[in-house]
Amino acid sequence: MKKLVLAAILAMSAVAHAQVEVSDVWVRATVPQQRATGVFMNLTAKQDARLVAAESPAADVVEVHEMKMEGEVMKMRAIDALPLPAGQAVALKPGGYHVMLIDLKAQVKEGDVVPVTLVIENAAGQQERIELQAPARPLATPAGGGAMQHRHGQR
Amino acid sequence: MPASSTFSALLRGLVAALGAILLAACGQQGPSFNATDITGARFGSDFSLTDPDGRTRTLADFRGKAVMVFFGFTQCPDICPSALIRAAEVRQMLGADGERLQVIFVSVDPERDTPEVLREYTAAFGADFLGLYTDVEETRRVADEFRIFYRKVPTGGSYTMDHTATSYVYDPAGKLRLAVGYQQDAASVAADLKTLLQSFPAH
Repeated sequence: MKKLVLAAILAMSAVAHAQVEVSDVWVRATVPQQRATGVFMNLTAKQDARLVAAESPAADVVEVHEMKMEGEVMKMRAIDALPLPAGQAVALKPGGYHVMLIDLKAQVKEGDVVPVTLVIENAAGQQERIELQAPARPLATPAGGGAMQHRHGQR
Repeated sequence: MPASSTFSALLRGLVAALGAILLAACGQQGPSFNATDITGARFGSDFSLTDPDGRTRTLADFRGKAVMVFFGFTQCPDICPSALIRAAEVRQMLGADGERLQVIFVSVDPERDTPEVLREYTAAFGADFLGLYTDVEETRRVADEFRIFYRKVPTGGSYTMDHTATSYVYDPAGKLRLAVGYQQDAASVAADLKTLLQSFPAH
């Protein structure tokens, strides 16, 4: 019961008082029959924490991935947890980390909003869930996140 | 400083002319590029792949154009869009010469990259970008021929793919000329293509 109440309080206060600040969340739009895509954002934890899982009703499987280059070979792997050191902005962006949506239930069209839940664990092992709404940006959105033709001032 | 810029323009012209003479003289020394110059490479001399309309395409179909080839898969959230966005930027930076660049995306994941997906996917980056594919066995053969590494990596009941992120560039005569690394930025790739296209005047 105590846990439930705590969960309810956490859920209510998730956006305003979350231990992790989330900004610039977006998902890459897909074309019909394309069954996977990535979600990108910036995370800043107030205290040391870790991103341990992500969930979304839009896909059957959701994983936190790291993209690495080994020479000219691109490798993408699911990771168990992404460390979020206190006060340090961690970017989930093309060329690095992303939340991978696998086996999408439907095409993600430009302008759609995809719900994504982050599960964050603090140093004491307590978990917090952060509900996000990720707007879909065009498939051809570069690493900076702006639209391809005009990328002024967007961060 | 107009005088010095005139001078440097002159110098550049002279260097270009000298380069052309050298090129004509020994037929070996070419212009210099930001990308890795692989002129004379003994691989990737041609391909025979299928386009989304079911037509067989080979390099000869693109004679007169520089051809930039990238191997990837459409479920790729990251490096493949980045490579195709760069290609689109390069095409734009080339201005009118952009018409003389054909961008080709070759699937290393033909099991999931159906012709329909390939068509829609490449069109999202450039209306005339072309997605090509072949069957599973032939994909391996073509990738080997182009020294492209790829492999399936199981994840979450599905799979992702590791693959080489290099783009290759052919000149308008159909000769393999450049290996463009994933990190090279659009402006320097565009400069390379400009250099390359200059030695093949448009008809």
